[in-house]
Amino acid sequence: MSLLIDLEKKENVLCVRLEGELDHHTAKKLRERVDQAMTEHHLTHMLLNLEQLTFMDSSGLGVILGRYKFIQTLGGEMVVCSISPQIKRLFDMSGLFKIIRLETDEDRALSMLGVAS
Amino acid sequence: MRNIMKLAFSAISENESFARVTVGAFIAKLDPTMDELTEIKTVVSEAVTNAIIHGYPNEGNGMVKIEAELSDDTVRILIEDEGVGMNNVEEARQPLYTSKPELERSGMGFTIMENFMDDVVIRSEPMVGTTVRLTKRLSKQKAMCN
Repeated sequence: MSLLIDLEKKENVLCVRLEGELDHHTAKKLRERVDQAMTEHHLTHMLLNLEQLTFMDSSGLGVILGRYKFIQTLGGEMVVCSISPQIKRLFDMSGLFKIIRLETDEDRALSMLGVAS
Repeated sequence: MRNIMKLAFSAISENESFARVTVGAFIAKLDPTMDELTEIKTVVSEAVTNAIIHGYPNEGNGMVKIEAELSDDTVRILIEDEGVGMNNVEEARQPLYTSKPELERSGMGFTIMENFMDDVVIRSEPMVGTTVRLTKRLSKQKAMCN
């Protein structure tokens, strides 16, 4: 199982929806596609929907932390939503939730980023 | 009953999912819980990724070997490379430590292994390689349902 990456632009937010498995192998593709889309469309915020993500390891934490840092340099915000209990354990372990906001679903995440649904 | 599996594959990132899925299929005989299965797949992914990124930093013909053993309710997994090894294992085990921050590594690999497994033993020697020995006892309740 590989990683499917769905990207959608909503106002100044890049919605990133992941399906499949995020590991070291698939992290590279995610980094390239997300950074390119952010730059190309001059977006500042990012929503990361992990509802369909079936597997993630510390390489996933690394690429998410990397995008957070990238978005910070743009003066934007990042919100993660719809995370499974298994993946949430990794976030908790790494302390990533101290800096990245979590929402239960995409609508709430978008309103957090100032996009009207 | 003792049950053993051995696996050797090229140290390339395409094989990370192959490694964790294969070990996951092997341990399925012990009827692990979903959480236990996820934990074991995650730690295999961590150790194999370490071997590929850190053991063999110069892409080449390196191999990663895995041995898994099931006995009663215990899973033992050995993940081995013949790569560059490490000078300081204790430093590598520290949460958030990474020797490759430029690759956006989180530095959480060994911390995850320690959290998800009962025992983690790392042996490493510069220019010889690294072995990671992971042990986990599955929850009795499930194991006795076999």
